[in-house]
Amino acid sequence: MNRFLLPLSIFIVVVIFLGVGLKLNPREIPSPLVGKVAPDFSQPQLYDPAKVFSPADLKGKVWLLNFWASWCSGCRTEHPVLMELAKSGEVPIYGMDYKDQHDEAMTWLKRWGNPYPVVGVDDAGRVGINYGVYGVPETYVIDKQGVIRYKQIGPLDPDTVAKKILPLVKQLESQ
Amino acid sequence: MIPEIGHFALILALCVAVVQGILPIYGAAVGNSALMAVAKPAARGQFLLVLTAFCCLGYAFAEKDFSVLYVAATSNSQLPLHYRLAAIWGAHEGSLLLWTFILSLWMFAVTLFSAHLPDATRSRILGVMGLVSVGFLLFMLTVSNPFERLIPAALDGRDLNPLLQDPGMVIHPPMLYMGYVGFSVAFAFAIAALLGGNLDAAWARWSRPWTTVAWCFLTVGIAMGSGWAYYELGWGGWWFWDPVENASFMPWLAGTALVHSLAVTDKRGGFKVWTVLLAIMAFSLSLLGTFLVRSGVLTSVHAFATDPKRGLFILAFLAVVIGGSLALYAWRAPRVGLGGSFAMVSREGMLLANNVLLVAAMGSVLLGTLYPLFLDALDLGKISVGPPYFDSVFVPLMVPAIFLMGIGPLAQWKKASLPDLAKRLQWAFGVSVVTALALPVVMRNWTPLLSLGLLLAIWIVTTAVVTLRERLTHVNGNTLVERLASVPKSYWGMLVAHCGIAVFIVGVTMVKGFETEKDVRMNVGETATIGDYTFRFDGAQDVVGPNYTAARGTFSVSRDGRETTVLYPEKRRYTVQNQVMTEAAIDPGLLRDLYVSLGEPLNEGAWSVRLYHKPFVDWIWGGCFIMALGGVLAISDRRYRIAWRRQEPAVPASTRTARRKVA
Amino acid sequence: MKRLILIALLLSGPAWAGEARPLADDPAAEARLKHLAVELRCLVCQNQTLADSNAPLAEDLRREVREMIAKDMSDKEIIDFLVARYGDFVLYRPPLKATTTLLWVGPFVLLMIGATALIMTLRRRAHQVVDVPVTDEEHRRVEQLLAEGGKRS
Repeated sequence: MNRFLLPLSIFIVVVIFLGVGLKLNPREIPSPLVGKVAPDFSQPQLYDPAKVFSPADLKGKVWLLNFWASWCSGCRTEHPVLMELAKSGEVPIYGMDYKDQHDEAMTWLKRWGNPYPVVGVDDAGRVGINYGVYGVPETYVIDKQGVIRYKQIGPLDPDTVAKKILPLVKQLESQ
Repeated sequence: MIPEIGHFALILALCVAVVQGILPIYGAAVGNSALMAVAKPAARGQFLLVLTAFCCLGYAFAEKDFSVLYVAATSNSQLPLHYRLAAIWGAHEGSLLLWTFILSLWMFAVTLFSAHLPDATRSRILGVMGLVSVGFLLFMLTVSNPFERLIPAALDGRDLNPLLQDPGMVIHPPMLYMGYVGFSVAFAFAIAALLGGNLDAAWARWSRPWTTVAWCFLTVGIAMGSGWAYYELGWGGWWFWDPVENASFMPWLAGTALVHSLAVTDKRGGFKVWTVLLAIMAFSLSLLGTFLVRSGVLTSVHAFATDPKRGLFILAFLAVVIGGSLALYAWRAPRVGLGGSFAMVSREGMLLANNVLLVAAMGSVLLGTLYPLFLDALDLGKISVGPPYFDSVFVPLMVPAIFLMGIGPLAQWKKASLPDLAKRLQWAFGVSVVTALALPVVMRNWTPLLSLGLLLAIWIVTTAVVTLRERLTHVNGNTLVERLASVPKSYWGMLVAHCGIAVFIVGVTMVKGFETEKDVRMNVGETATIGDYTFRFDGAQDVVGPNYTAARGTFSVSRDGRETTVLYPEKRRYTVQNQVMTEAAIDPGLLRDLYVSLGEPLNEGAWSVRLYHKPFVDWIWGGCFIMALGGVLAISDRRYRIAWRRQEPAVPASTRTARRKVA
Repeated sequence: MKRLILIALLLSGPAWAGEARPLADDPAAEARLKHLAVELRCLVCQNQTLADSNAPLAEDLRREVREMIAKDMSDKEIIDFLVARYGDFVLYRPPLKATTTLLWVGPFVLLMIGATALIMTLRRRAHQVVDVPVTDEEHRRVEQLLAEGGKRS
């Protein structure tokens, strides 16, 4: 081979990678927690702070854990999708109110609807840290054994729900 | 109306650029002088058209024409005029116009200073630059039009990003772009030479001043960007190996290698193939930088708002321009002659070795910058490559380069003898080692890196002294002053630029080794001491700026009981974007900077305050300016001035055509 | 006398004058935090270290790290804690593993290749080149070309 072709070859490889790179989102960081047991917590519930919300209560169920906050604009975007999903009854969505004001969270749910059977309160963001949350909304699919199977970073959209979440939930249910 | 004129001027410029990119190159290939003659007027015409567009956008900003989308997005009626004008390059579309404008400015410069070039060469150079310009104009007109209207007009603009509302930002981008785009001239020279098959010593001689000028601009541009980060971002850092910083640093490394390689090609006719490749590389890396900043493939503090369509366009453009030139290179380079012979130990050999080191360093920066992207594209996970990585691979590559930098200028061309060099450099080496070991001990803070940094800096300076002394014995003149004066300017340029590196290294080393910082909670009247200086917090007042409100702290600084200065750091809230900015206050000095920034207000008038004492930090930028000064000295040399002074001779067109036929 | 009074006033008078307290309760722990945080990436920011960022998540993580320091955990334990949650992305110094081998050895491989190529090229060249460097004659020609400019025919 002509050694003068070397720079061109290197360049072509770089261009291919850059082309692929255009399709990727550099801000989306895959979670190392997928495939691992969901971190335990016991947090007070939003509607009844005396009661505790803990993943241990949900053993044997497939469920979604959705981190949200009233101050988060992405949560507003995904909210109708969650409402729709909750109405369909395919899978329960448990909420985790992340670093929020109690009253504002209540008002927000009242105004836009509440898709969650139970909402936990993560005041200090510690549960968020244990789950590797770095921006709300984030949603985790957790299986019957309490293992995280999928993590959605950013708002859920109908497409992701139909193509990723629901098939995965079905598969996990049948296990 | 004015924005439409600007838009129309861009469309016309595109037409002219197409003509300029095709006819002269074709003319040069077939030897048609009428077609070649198109190049110059076309380049000048294009310059005027892009200048018109640039002024139109400037006018829209000056007149606060918020019916122009770009103006509405990047300025505000409260924004002072100078920042409104700087807002021209405050975001993607306008900075692209600046790019194109500077490209046409360089083209215009080529038409002014190219009278001595053969017609075919000049036509090819301008043709290549025209083609590059086509790409950028097309980019603007298709997916990044700065003149796009906003109907109905906005009542007021969304304001310029507060980070950019800073005097440094007014001049930093133009400087940087002068450097980036300046490499397009060296690139065009290289492509022209490859097309024409006349890669010779004359080609190198012609390219040299252009490359050096671009290199000086880039050096200053990068230094200013780094200085801006230092005082504007509020955490006292000056370089973060951010992808966008790397995007400017890679062309600099390639350009530095090119400047040295050109010296050999000029003097000895060697390395032609390599020099051409470097010329292509320097400009390609500038283009790559544009892609990285604007496509959103990497996250960076400085990246522009992104749009995949734009990314795709630049990538396609990149593939055509760089791919095309590298293909041309692969085709033509094998036929290029070898030039003079030389031994491995010779000045040529050392310059080449230094080139290898510089390019390896450049490759490492490229690797580190793109590696997260590579892994992500192959679905192998996400990683971050940051300062710890770059520091640990860059330093080992630069140490031998700097060591060679001291020896190179003393080595003879063709063949040098190592024992002889060792003998001539023994005292320089001795002095460097002893001082580097002793100084930190005297300063009571010995670390290996501190000694290494000082060793390198002193080595550069002592070897420069040896070089100069030897040189002085070879030049004419009775008195020292006479002899100093008869050392060529380009030689001085080299020495000065090398010493600039030494100054830079001292700055980096001393800051790393001796800087101190304190995070304190200061009540009014309380004092904090850092590096012999006592800061007394005299309270914070509210002040109102043109487009912001701020809390301004007052700090009286004293040393040994004597007041040194009063510093006023601010915490600004820019009203339009509701963004809080930390404006650090700095008392710069030759031997240290004092740096205060306000954190958060605490109760009862107290503030959290960050104080820095940064010894020698200004040497970092000072070193860069000295390097650029060296470049300026080099191009002011008589040998290059010939090329600059000579204007188009006043010869009737008919005789010129006749002459061309003879030629 | 006046001066004495003044000094006395200065010494006794302003009860507010004093040395400012460090922001952190434990400056040693803070120094260790800083040392760790400059090599950690703030996840929500564009490209900033955990030390420099003012983002709420960065503050939370600093609090978390402070607590771990208070619990006397080692640097490795603290870093493992973060990596377990956010992956290698938080590390500005990528760990050496199969996928990053090329990253870490790349620069030195590049240098080796460059050096080898240089030596080989120079060897080969030494055989090929008959010494016809740019002669003084040619230099003069270049000078002449440059000096004559457009007048050349």
